[in-house]
Amino acid sequence: MHNFEFVKPSTVADAVAVLANAEAQPFAGGQTLIPSMKARLNAPEILVSLTGIAEMNGVRRDGGALVVGATTTHAAVARDAASHFPALAALAGQIGDPAVRTRGTLGGSLANNDPSACYPAAVLGTGATIVTNAREIAADDYFQGMFTTALDEGEIITSVRFPIPEKAAYAKFLQPASRFALTGVFVAKYASGVRVAVTGASEGGVFRWAEAEAALSSGFDADSIGRLSHPSDGMIADLHGTAEYRAHLVRVMTQRAVRAAH
Amino acid sequence: MPKDDGIGASTKRREDVRFLTGNGKYTDDINLRGQAHVHFLRSDVAHGRITSIDTAAAEAMPGVLKVFTSADFASAGGLPCGWQVTDRFGQPMQEPKHPILAEGKVRHVGDPIAAVVAETHEQARDAAEAIEVDIEELEPVIDMQAALADGATKVHDDLSSNLCYDWGFVEENKEAVNAAFESAAHVVSLDLTNNRLVANPMEPRVAVGDYDPWGDMHTLYTTSQNPHVIRLLMGAFVLSIPEHKLRVVAPDVGGGFGSKIYHYAEEAFCTYAAKVLKRPVKWTSSRSEAFISDAHGRDHKTRIELALDADHNFMAIRTETYANMGAYLSTFAPSIPTWLHGTLMAGNYKTPLIYVNVKAVFTNTVPVDAYRGAGRPEATFQIERLVDKAARELGVDPIELRRKNFIKPEDFPYQTPVAVVYDTGNYHATMDKMLELADYAGFEARRAESASKGKLRGFGIAHYIEACGIAPSNLVGQLGARAGLYESASIRVNATGSISVYTGSHSHGQGHETTFAQVVADMIGVDASSIEIHHGDTSNTPMGMGTYGSRSLAVGGSAIVKATNKVIDKAKKIAAHLLEAAPEDIELKDGKFSVVGTDKSVDWSGVTLAAYVPHNYPLEELEPGLEETAFYDPSNFTYPSGAYGCEIELDPETGKIDILRFIAADDFGNIVNPMIVEGQVHGGLAQGIGQALLENCVYDDQGQLLSGSFMDYAMPRADDLRGFTVDHSCVTPCTHNPLGVKGCGEAGAIGSPPAVVNAAIDALHRAGHTHVTHIDMPLTPARVWAAINS
Ligand SMILES: Cc1cc2nc3c(=O)[nH]c(=O)nc-3n(C[C@H](O)[C@H](O)[C@H](O)COP(=O)(O)OP(=O)(O)OC[C@H]3O[C@@H](n4cnc5c(N)ncnc54)[C@H](O)[C@@H]3O)c2cc1C
Repeated sequence: MHNFEFVKPSTVADAVAVLANAEAQPFAGGQTLIPSMKARLNAPEILVSLTGIAEMNGVRRDGGALVVGATTTHAAVARDAASHFPALAALAGQIGDPAVRTRGTLGGSLANNDPSACYPAAVLGTGATIVTNAREIAADDYFQGMFTTALDEGEIITSVRFPIPEKAAYAKFLQPASRFALTGVFVAKYASGVRVAVTGASEGGVFRWAEAEAALSSGFDADSIGRLSHPSDGMIADLHGTAEYRAHLVRVMTQRAVRAAH
Repeated sequence: MPKDDGIGASTKRREDVRFLTGNGKYTDDINLRGQAHVHFLRSDVAHGRITSIDTAAAEAMPGVLKVFTSADFASAGGLPCGWQVTDRFGQPMQEPKHPILAEGKVRHVGDPIAAVVAETHEQARDAAEAIEVDIEELEPVIDMQAALADGATKVHDDLSSNLCYDWGFVEENKEAVNAAFESAAHVVSLDLTNNRLVANPMEPRVAVGDYDPWGDMHTLYTTSQNPHVIRLLMGAFVLSIPEHKLRVVAPDVGGGFGSKIYHYAEEAFCTYAAKVLKRPVKWTSSRSEAFISDAHGRDHKTRIELALDADHNFMAIRTETYANMGAYLSTFAPSIPTWLHGTLMAGNYKTPLIYVNVKAVFTNTVPVDAYRGAGRPEATFQIERLVDKAARELGVDPIELRRKNFIKPEDFPYQTPVAVVYDTGNYHATMDKMLELADYAGFEARRAESASKGKLRGFGIAHYIEACGIAPSNLVGQLGARAGLYESASIRVNATGSISVYTGSHSHGQGHETTFAQVVADMIGVDASSIEIHHGDTSNTPMGMGTYGSRSLAVGGSAIVKATNKVIDKAKKIAAHLLEAAPEDIELKDGKFSVVGTDKSVDWSGVTLAAYVPHNYPLEELEPGLEETAFYDPSNFTYPSGAYGCEIELDPETGKIDILRFIAADDFGNIVNPMIVEGQVHGGLAQGIGQALLENCVYDDQGQLLSGSFMDYAMPRADDLRGFTVDHSCVTPCTHNPLGVKGCGEAGAIGSPPAVVNAAIDALHRAGHTHVTHIDMPLTPARVWAAINS
């Protein structure tokens, strides 16, 4: 690891001011950033810790929405979202291991946008709104491919507003080594229709499965998508599974999420 | 009933107090005054010619003491290979030089090219980035069969090909084996891969070299399973340091599984650099570095065939195996696919004719050597998969086919057609025990229950034999070992009766400090707390060969028994003097010497005190003191065996396998500490199940390691392993060592992979997927799903 400066501002404005420096980088739980710094793949000169900013932390009910601060850890979401939005809490509780959940944050996960990460499925699957220091970004506009997002240089996520669905579930099939999602599907049912978001499977990162959404919107039943199959074009192929296998899992995991939704 | 802390007691592991409280003293905990740090610049290409190395910029970086390249090691030898295999034409294997730092060529990703020593590790690492290396890339040699094709690029330019050896065993039987296949009623064959593994002990390797110029003394602290072996190999063959000027210390070591047997370049480097720089030099491997520098395990490709007569008696086995050696010969690499594999191909069965052919191949990959089980898992996997396949093809019960061909209890000692003689065993008993513990009778009901949930249940069986207690020195010498395989012990009884035991075995998780003390406590009848076990330091232990091959209790423990008996003999003479009786009339019981048939006695400490304060002592006949050393060289291997049952549930939608029950019924001979034995079996099972379901070390065709971190190399975790039923009540004591013990360290890793795979095939067949006759390990969900849908 190269040497760096560490600052811990207590307001969003102060954080944004330091981040105007091109060599500065936001730092939340460090679960992604520290390993990449240790491997010398990343060498920011200034780390701007966001965890001292009170307004960015915590889970709060806002009418029909759940607002989760960007620095809220996975463990805190698993605990504090449980009574409001159990599917989100359950997803957070399945990320990594206890150490990772105690440090890792919602904002860090979304800023990183790993194609196998879990949170992107919940955010896209609920049509959540990503709130930054500068603007609000709809989930459908936010995810722009593997490790790529709509965030501008120096822009930070402050919170995410999740519309609470009538029913929802996340079904995650584990990659055997990393235990990220080999394929994970978040299904959410609203009065206006059903959303289905898939992570882990596609080279383009998290995506919505329109065909399944249409079928489930007309009948929220696992059997209604039993005949669907997702094409394997553009699916990830690696040591842990072929493109065909992942395409197959998209349907299987969607069905499992529908069955588990409550 | 065993008495507290004696043989047979489940004494808690005394070493765990320091391990579990974070007070173990590992090599990385050793920090010497003035210590400098080394960082190795390693090749990121699999094969290439080094056209230039410019270290000038690196030398000028802050904190840098020196940048080393192969030029600095011109007078040093290469890392030696400890076993020479003779091929089937009577020729010695091809043995390339294994330099400390790459000479002219790099041969695998991770091959060290240069080494920077600096004040801090970060400085060394910074400077390593400033070394300019030009490498002309060569075609990487990755696939074993392609490596042997005419005109294949050579890993070593000075060898005639990429073939290390072409070994046949038993070569004289080859024609008879072929003839048996001609006349067989049934022939069953199987092509399989034994997947390459990375040992991944919890503690990565570490080396600290130290040099005292005033005494010209070298010290190496290292994460080794066998410090004396390192002293011998490094001192005599690499750095030309005589033993009396070289001390090797392997303190607490956090797991080895074979990967810490070998002499590695980093050890020689730190020892040498400490002398050049007159400062201690330390290297601590990162986990990423471990993946590309620790010797890997397994990596065999095999075709095995079984000939059976009309009554389903096994007539002959024939195999052809390609064994990956990697880029260089690691210390014991050539012996693994040959003598530790071919001699086990009889398994538990009376197969009269066996021919094993092994082609060992150099490739541009990390060297491959022993890993928990070493050769024996590869043999067991082939036999037990093939027997299962045979039963399926013949339409007979796999248990009955095994029983029919088992060597029977009355057949022991049993001369196999592959050189070794099994002394004892009772395979029917372990099979019965396993089936009873598995509630095999209730399987069908459990299967129906799974089926109602859409899951496929299967039951897989494997019966294994292994050769442990390695090994008779004269025998292994004939087979090409360049070392003896005895073990040593010194028992130093102190004046007040406490006992310091110095063993040549090394404990890196096995619990020797507890078990060895139990043995001595039991023999003398003193409290185990008055006994201390010392190991791992060449300056105070007699020359020993270390720990691997499930040898510590069978060989190291036997040396302790021998030395303790010498101590007791002498102590009896002292007691006889004190009690004015004849030594033959003295009996030692519960730490007390008495004259048989009288009430005259003296206790242990009375005798030990007399030995060191010899006022009333037969000085004309007996030396003062009470300290004895013994070396024990076994007369045969030991042959643990056992029956393993694995019950799984398979999700046909995703291909995921869950192990619901795993039953191990082992015959380890006599048991000193049942709790530790159970723990050893648990660990072995975890690794064997890891191999069967999860672990896979994979290179791409450019020789890049695709599974170079835990993000892609799947280690078994607690929730993959729901608990095991372990039994060792079937006991046929070893006939040729004093404790009657066989060894238990590797069994779990040997017997479990075929049981798991057999269970998966069983589940698929019972559900009608009969087109699936084999799936290569690891049986990942993706592979199982692909097999079902093929
Ligand atoms: C062993 C292990 C297992 C894991 N398993 C899973 C898993 O199963 N599923 C899963 O989804 N994830 C998994 N993760 C990833 C984990 O969820 C991380 O916590 C997450 O990817 C990053 O969050 P962080 O708070 O640690 O971010 P950091 O590492 O601190 O930062 C990550 C990136 O986000 C940027 N950043 C951080 N916060 C903000 C913000 N508020 N605004 C803008 N940019 C920001 C940083 O600059 C950096 O580029 C695992 C990680 C590990 C180490």
